[in-house]
Amino acid sequence: MLGFGISAILLLVGVYFGTRAQKQHIANLESREAALSHIIVTNLKTLPATGNPPQLVTGSVVIAFDYFRRFIATFVMLVGGRITMYEEMLDRARREALLRLLEQADAAGSREVHNVRFEFSRVGSSSQKANIGGGAELLAYGTAVL
Amino acid sequence: MILSNTETIPGYTITHHVGLVQGNTVRAKHVGRDLMAGLKNIVGGELKGYTELLEDARKEATQRMIEEAQAKGANAIVNVRFSTSAITAGASELYVYATGVVLG
Repeated sequence: MLGFGISAILLLVGVYFGTRAQKQHIANLESREAALSHIIVTNLKTLPATGNPPQLVTGSVVIAFDYFRRFIATFVMLVGGRITMYEEMLDRARREALLRLLEQADAAGSREVHNVRFEFSRVGSSSQKANIGGGAELLAYGTAVL
Repeated sequence: MILSNTETIPGYTITHHVGLVQGNTVRAKHVGRDLMAGLKNIVGGELKGYTELLEDARKEATQRMIEEAQAKGANAIVNVRFSTSAITAGASELYVYATGVVLG
Protein backbone atom coordinates (compact mmCIF):
# COMPACT_ATOMS: atom_id res chain seq x y z
CA MET A 1 0.00 0.00 0.00
CA LEU A 2 2.80 2.36 0.96
CA GLY A 3 4.68 1.42 -2.21
CA PHE A 4 1.59 2.15 -4.25
CA GLY A 5 1.21 5.55 -2.55
CA ILE A 6 4.82 6.48 -3.29
CA SER A 7 4.39 5.40 -6.90
CA ALA A 8 1.24 7.49 -7.23
CA ILE A 9 2.96 10.57 -5.78
CA LEU A 10 5.97 10.14 -8.04
CA LEU A 11 3.64 9.81 -11.03
CA LEU A 12 1.69 12.96 -10.17
CA VAL A 13 4.88 14.96 -9.57
CA GLY A 14 6.25 13.64 -12.85
CA VAL A 15 3.13 14.49 -14.83
CA TYR A 16 2.81 17.99 -13.40
CA PHE A 17 6.42 19.16 -13.61
CA GLY A 18 7.17 17.15 -16.71
CA THR A 19 4.29 18.66 -18.69
CA ARG A 20 5.11 22.16 -17.52
CA ALA A 21 8.78 21.78 -18.40
CA GLN A 22 7.86 20.37 -21.81
CA LYS A 23 5.67 23.35 -22.69
CA GLN A 24 8.36 25.80 -21.62
CA HIS A 25 11.00 23.89 -23.54
CA ILE A 26 8.99 23.82 -26.78
CA ALA A 27 8.37 27.58 -26.55
CA ASN A 28 12.08 28.08 -25.89
CA LEU A 29 13.05 25.86 -28.84
CA GLU A 30 10.73 27.69 -31.21
CA SER A 31 12.11 31.11 -30.38
CA ARG A 32 15.73 29.96 -30.66
CA GLU A 33 15.02 28.13 -33.93
CA ALA A 34 13.45 31.29 -35.35
CA ALA A 35 16.51 33.32 -34.30
CA LEU A 36 18.86 30.89 -36.06
CA SER A 37 16.71 30.19 -39.12
CA HIS A 38 19.12 32.11 -41.37
CA ILE A 39 21.66 29.27 -41.10
CA ILE A 40 21.43 26.66 -43.86
CA VAL A 41 21.60 23.11 -42.52
CA THR A 42 22.13 20.07 -44.74
CA ASN A 43 23.42 16.55 -44.43
CA LEU A 44 25.19 16.72 -47.80
CA LYS A 45 28.72 15.42 -47.86
CA THR A 46 30.20 18.05 -50.15
CA LEU A 47 30.96 21.56 -49.01
CA PRO A 48 30.58 24.66 -51.17
CA ALA A 49 33.88 26.29 -52.13
CA THR A 50 34.34 29.41 -50.05
CA GLY A 51 38.11 29.59 -49.74
CA ASN A 52 37.98 29.59 -45.94
CA PRO A 53 38.84 26.56 -43.84
CA PRO A 54 35.74 24.80 -42.46
CA GLN A 55 35.17 24.13 -38.78
CA LEU A 56 33.80 21.10 -36.95
CA VAL A 57 30.81 21.99 -34.74
CA THR A 58 28.98 19.82 -32.20
CA GLY A 59 25.96 20.04 -29.95
CA SER A 60 24.82 17.51 -27.38
CA VAL A 61 22.23 16.95 -24.73
CA VAL A 62 21.65 14.19 -22.17
CA ILE A 63 18.03 13.54 -21.31
CA ALA A 64 16.47 11.54 -18.49
CA PHE A 65 14.00 8.74 -19.00
CA ASP A 66 11.54 9.76 -16.35
CA TYR A 67 9.34 7.72 -14.09
CA PHE A 68 6.03 8.74 -15.64
CA ARG A 69 7.06 7.92 -19.20
CA ARG A 70 8.52 4.59 -18.20
CA PHE A 71 5.31 3.78 -16.34
CA ILE A 72 3.09 4.56 -19.35
CA ALA A 73 5.50 2.85 -21.74
CA THR A 74 5.21 -0.38 -19.72
CA PHE A 75 1.48 -0.42 -20.47
CA VAL A 76 1.86 0.47 -24.12
CA MET A 77 4.35 -2.37 -24.48
CA LEU A 78 1.62 -4.85 -23.60
CA VAL A 79 -0.30 -4.03 -26.75
CA GLY A 80 2.45 -2.47 -28.87
CA GLY A 81 2.11 0.63 -31.00
CA ARG A 82 3.35 4.19 -30.87
CA ILE A 83 4.72 5.68 -27.69
CA THR A 84 3.96 9.31 -28.48
CA MET A 85 5.57 10.63 -25.31
CA TYR A 86 8.92 9.15 -26.20
CA GLU A 87 8.60 10.47 -29.74
CA GLU A 88 8.07 13.96 -28.39
CA MET A 89 10.86 13.64 -25.87
CA LEU A 90 13.41 12.44 -28.43
CA ASP A 91 12.27 15.07 -30.91
CA ARG A 92 12.78 17.82 -28.33
CA ALA A 93 16.19 16.48 -27.39
CA ARG A 94 17.31 16.24 -31.01
CA ARG A 95 16.14 19.80 -31.70
CA GLU A 96 18.01 20.98 -28.62
CA ALA A 97 21.22 19.24 -29.75
CA LEU A 98 20.91 20.74 -33.23
CA LEU A 99 20.27 24.20 -31.76
CA ARG A 100 23.43 23.95 -29.65
CA LEU A 101 25.34 23.01 -32.79
CA LEU A 102 23.84 25.99 -34.64
CA GLU A 103 24.65 28.33 -31.75
CA GLN A 104 28.27 27.20 -31.97
CA ALA A 105 28.26 27.75 -35.75
CA ASP A 106 26.62 31.15 -35.32
CA ALA A 107 29.22 32.18 -32.74
CA ALA A 108 31.93 31.30 -35.28
CA GLY A 109 30.20 33.55 -37.83
CA SER A 110 29.07 30.72 -40.07
CA ARG A 111 25.94 30.80 -42.23
CA GLU A 112 25.98 27.19 -43.43
CA VAL A 113 26.42 23.84 -41.73
CA HIS A 114 26.83 20.71 -43.85
CA ASN A 115 27.08 16.97 -43.33
CA VAL A 116 25.09 17.06 -40.09
CA ARG A 117 24.97 13.68 -38.33
CA PHE A 118 23.08 12.54 -35.26
CA GLU A 119 24.23 9.96 -32.75
CA PHE A 120 22.25 8.38 -29.95
CA SER A 121 23.65 6.49 -26.98
CA ARG A 122 22.47 5.36 -23.58
CA VAL A 123 24.36 6.71 -20.58
CA GLY A 124 24.11 6.84 -16.83
CA SER A 125 23.45 4.57 -13.92
CA SER A 126 21.22 2.03 -15.54
CA SER A 127 22.23 1.89 -19.15
CA GLN A 128 22.07 -1.89 -19.05
CA LYS A 129 18.49 -1.97 -17.83
CA ALA A 130 16.26 0.15 -20.00
CA ASN A 131 13.31 -0.08 -17.63
CA ILE A 132 14.90 1.55 -14.60
CA GLY A 133 15.87 5.01 -15.65
CA GLY A 134 19.19 6.36 -16.74
CA GLY A 135 19.49 8.72 -19.63
CA ALA A 136 20.41 9.02 -23.25
CA GLU A 137 22.77 11.31 -25.05
CA LEU A 138 21.90 12.87 -28.37
CA LEU A 139 24.82 14.30 -30.26
CA ALA A 140 24.68 16.38 -33.43
CA TYR A 141 27.83 17.19 -35.35
CA GLY A 142 28.59 18.81 -38.66
CA THR A 143 30.92 21.07 -40.58
CA ALA A 144 30.37 24.83 -40.51
CA VAL A 145 31.66 26.87 -43.42
CA LEU A 146 32.38 30.58 -43.36
CA MET B 1 44.58 22.13 -37.77
CA ILE B 2 41.46 22.00 -39.93
CA LEU B 3 38.78 19.59 -38.72
CA SER B 4 35.87 18.53 -40.86
CA ASN B 5 33.47 15.62 -41.02
CA THR B 6 33.38 15.79 -44.81
CA GLU B 7 35.63 13.71 -47.02
CA THR B 8 37.16 16.58 -48.93
CA ILE B 9 37.66 20.28 -48.32
CA PRO B 10 36.91 22.60 -51.25
CA GLY B 11 39.76 24.84 -52.26
CA TYR B 12 42.37 22.45 -50.89
CA THR B 13 43.95 19.37 -52.42
CA ILE B 14 44.80 16.38 -50.29
CA THR B 15 48.41 15.62 -51.17
CA HIS B 16 49.09 12.89 -48.66
CA HIS B 17 47.18 10.61 -46.26
CA VAL B 18 48.79 9.86 -42.92
CA GLY B 19 46.22 7.22 -42.00
CA LEU B 20 43.60 6.73 -39.35
CA VAL B 21 43.86 9.00 -36.32
CA GLN B 22 41.83 8.40 -33.20
CA GLY B 23 41.24 9.50 -29.66
CA ASN B 24 39.26 7.98 -26.85
CA THR B 25 38.48 8.54 -23.21
CA VAL B 26 36.44 6.61 -20.69
CA ARG B 27 34.61 8.65 -18.09
CA ALA B 28 32.87 7.49 -14.98
CA LYS B 29 29.92 9.28 -13.47
CA HIS B 30 30.21 11.35 -10.34
CA VAL B 31 28.19 10.34 -7.27
CA GLY B 32 26.80 13.87 -6.74
CA ARG B 33 25.82 14.18 -10.34
CA ASP B 34 24.19 10.79 -10.26
CA LEU B 35 22.10 11.83 -7.29
CA MET B 36 20.75 14.80 -9.25
CA ALA B 37 20.19 12.51 -12.21
CA GLY B 38 18.13 10.27 -9.92
CA LEU B 39 15.87 13.20 -9.06
CA LYS B 40 15.57 14.16 -12.70
CA ASN B 41 14.43 10.65 -13.43
CA ILE B 42 11.21 11.51 -11.61
CA VAL B 43 10.30 14.63 -13.58
CA GLY B 44 12.27 14.16 -16.77
CA GLY B 45 14.25 16.78 -18.60
CA GLU B 46 17.88 17.40 -19.30
CA LEU B 47 20.64 15.89 -17.17
CA LYS B 48 22.94 18.94 -17.33
CA GLY B 49 25.69 17.33 -15.27
CA TYR B 50 25.97 14.48 -17.75
CA THR B 51 25.82 16.81 -20.76
CA GLU B 52 28.82 18.74 -19.40
CA LEU B 53 30.67 15.57 -18.47
CA LEU B 54 30.29 14.09 -21.93
CA GLU B 55 31.15 17.37 -23.66
CA ASP B 56 34.38 17.66 -21.65
CA ALA B 57 35.19 14.04 -22.41
CA ARG B 58 34.54 14.50 -26.12
CA LYS B 59 36.83 17.54 -26.19
CA GLU B 60 39.55 15.50 -24.56
CA ALA B 61 39.13 12.64 -27.05
CA THR B 62 39.26 15.13 -29.93
CA GLN B 63 42.38 16.70 -28.45
CA ARG B 64 44.08 13.31 -28.33
CA MET B 65 43.14 12.71 -31.95
CA ILE B 66 44.59 16.11 -32.93
CA GLU B 67 47.82 15.31 -31.08
CA GLU B 68 48.12 12.01 -32.91
CA ALA B 69 47.53 13.74 -36.25
CA GLN B 70 50.18 16.37 -35.45
CA ALA B 71 52.65 13.67 -34.47
CA LYS B 72 52.05 12.02 -37.83
CA GLY B 73 52.63 15.30 -39.67
CA ALA B 74 49.06 15.98 -40.77
CA ASN B 75 47.75 19.52 -41.09
CA ALA B 76 44.08 18.62 -41.40
CA ILE B 77 41.69 15.92 -40.21
CA VAL B 78 38.81 14.87 -42.45
CA ASN B 79 35.81 12.55 -42.18
CA VAL B 80 35.55 12.85 -38.40
CA ARG B 81 33.13 10.38 -36.76
CA PHE B 82 32.02 10.32 -33.12
CA SER B 83 30.85 7.29 -31.23
CA THR B 84 29.77 6.77 -27.61
CA SER B 85 29.24 3.51 -25.86
CA ALA B 86 28.25 2.59 -22.34
CA ILE B 87 30.83 0.04 -21.24
CA THR B 88 29.66 -0.63 -17.69
CA ALA B 89 26.72 0.67 -15.66
CA GLY B 90 28.55 3.82 -14.58
CA ALA B 91 31.01 4.60 -17.36
CA SER B 92 30.94 5.62 -20.99
CA GLU B 93 33.58 5.57 -23.66
CA LEU B 94 33.82 8.52 -26.00
CA TYR B 95 35.59 7.66 -29.19
CA VAL B 96 36.46 9.87 -32.13
CA TYR B 97 38.17 8.71 -35.31
CA ALA B 98 39.07 10.30 -38.61
CA THR B 99 41.62 10.40 -41.38
CA GLY B 100 44.68 12.59 -41.00
CA VAL B 101 45.71 14.29 -44.23
CA VAL B 102 48.22 16.78 -45.55
CA LEU B 103 46.56 19.55 -47.53
CA GLY B 104 48.41 21.20 -50.38
